[in-house]
Amino acid sequence: MSEPVLDYDQVLANFDPVLGLEVHVELNTASKMFCGCATGFGAEPNTQVCPVCLGLPGSLPVVNQTAVESAMRIGLALNCSIAAYSRFARKNYFYPDQPKNYQISQYDEPIAYDGYADVDVDGEVFRVEIERAHMEEDTGKSLHVGGATGRIHGASHSLLDYNRAGVPLIEIVTKPIVGAGEKAPQIARAYVAMLRDLLRALGVSDVRMEQGSLRCDANVSLMPKGSTTFGTRTETKNVNSLRSVERAIRYEMTRHAAVLTSGGSIVQETRHWHEDTGITTSGRSKEEAEDYRYFPEPDLAPVTPAAAWVEQLRATLPEPPAEKRKRLQAEWGYSDPEMRDVISVGAVEVIEETIAAGCGAQAARKWWLGELGRRASEQGVDLAEVGMTPAQVAQLQGLVEAKLVNDKLARQVIDGVLAGEGEPKEVVDARGLAVVSDDGALTAAVDEAIAANPEVAEKIRGGKVQAAGALIGQVMKAMRGQADAGRVREIILERLS
Amino acid sequence: MALSVDDVAQLARLARIELTPDECAALAPELEVILDSVAQVSGVAGEDVAPTSHPVPITNVFRTDEVRPSLSLEAALAGAPAVEQDRFRVPQILGEDA
Repeated sequence: MSEPVLDYDQVLANFDPVLGLEVHVELNTASKMFCGCATGFGAEPNTQVCPVCLGLPGSLPVVNQTAVESAMRIGLALNCSIAAYSRFARKNYFYPDQPKNYQISQYDEPIAYDGYADVDVDGEVFRVEIERAHMEEDTGKSLHVGGATGRIHGASHSLLDYNRAGVPLIEIVTKPIVGAGEKAPQIARAYVAMLRDLLRALGVSDVRMEQGSLRCDANVSLMPKGSTTFGTRTETKNVNSLRSVERAIRYEMTRHAAVLTSGGSIVQETRHWHEDTGITTSGRSKEEAEDYRYFPEPDLAPVTPAAAWVEQLRATLPEPPAEKRKRLQAEWGYSDPEMRDVISVGAVEVIEETIAAGCGAQAARKWWLGELGRRASEQGVDLAEVGMTPAQVAQLQGLVEAKLVNDKLARQVIDGVLAGEGEPKEVVDARGLAVVSDDGALTAAVDEAIAANPEVAEKIRGGKVQAAGALIGQVMKAMRGQADAGRVREIILERLS
Repeated sequence: MALSVDDVAQLARLARIELTPDECAALAPELEVILDSVAQVSGVAGEDVAPTSHPVPITNVFRTDEVRPSLSLEAALAGAPAVEQDRFRVPQILGEDA
């Protein structure tokens, strides 16, 4: 299945990538876009459906006002213009994920258009132009039966759950992203991460990529270096994590380059990303141009937001992430390189919450970029999903500062928290991790070490204080690491003074 | 307005209606008569008249974001051609991966 790819450096030596990103965001409204059915994730199949979202004859949709307001707030936060006149349109297609045989969407009159967003990659700001943000409804979920592991190939039939059909969806489309060069995959990832942060700050979506409430389709094409004519693009779907956004785009760039340099041409088609194997495979071909026969939705009145309404919504926007970062950097006292690292690993929010939970700024940075950052990258997840909350990190730091655990034990506490053993304090108790603060026990261990190493003890008595390191090591070993090395050192020097 | 036999065949395909070449050939002139009749409107409407998509000139019809009761599972599935695992069972879907 796997196709030839070109080395990434060679891709860049010969081609310039052009990207286009389509991000779908499920809104977190209580009810659906056009009916009063609930939107909660994970309900029993077909228990959140009604005549409207099942497309039963005679039913009529009515627009959810909160969804329209969320759409406008998203548009405003992305520096878009809000259309004074906007209409819904029917996108006609036959596929059982929409029982109506059309999806209500927007076509040439989207609610928001012509915006931009700045993303930060390695301290460099890159502006992504936004083409539009429009409103539509989500589709139902298909389960393919009879084939291998839910795949459509070989399936004998499909089963449909329409709970998700009609959930409000906002599609945010970028203009072609050109000039990104080797950073194209990183910029795409940073853009989706920025959107996620922004949407969360707006409070309009759960933005859970793993649950599908934030989904990204990535259009990739290459043009020969120096050319300004875009190449044929492919659209990669099923890209369900930030890491996948970067990997899938990088993969498509190397695949396109291999096809083009061997004299072949790219087929305009949908590609499916496979997280496990790190490749894309061919999906539906778009050779025959899609013909959705869009026309204005006659059942829904146009949306014509008055300027006053738009301004009222603008006033509810949160602080823009870029400005917020500048403010936080000043508050936290991070250097530019420190802040850059924090941003590049997506740790701003978790650090902010950790500090809010009572942790010092430098300690918060140390945990999230050090121990927890390492574990997150091992697991291939984002920091927020690593399994330890900001409040727990703050609690752990409290234990360190109270000298109840040292750094080494703290790592074991993290193991325990990640293993689901409870809060840091509970892990310390349950695993018996607290350092021995009983000077009697420490002194006994020190005396033992001194007795076992008379020459070393003699050196220390003679003023060679740095020789104490060897004894500290022995005591720590004897205490199975559960001692404060600083205190052990003090006791050694007391005993040998 | 010229509507070719190929246009009819393409529309039939998009609408999932099975038509023979003879039927396409017969329908093309019939549909053309309808299109021509409708096209007369364009002759009447000046450039200052926007195409009508809604017969009633109202805008901004909204509902508040409140959950209302959904159908019972039995009622929801009552019209399904077939049911399996509380879902609508449909024939094998061809021509597209998922």
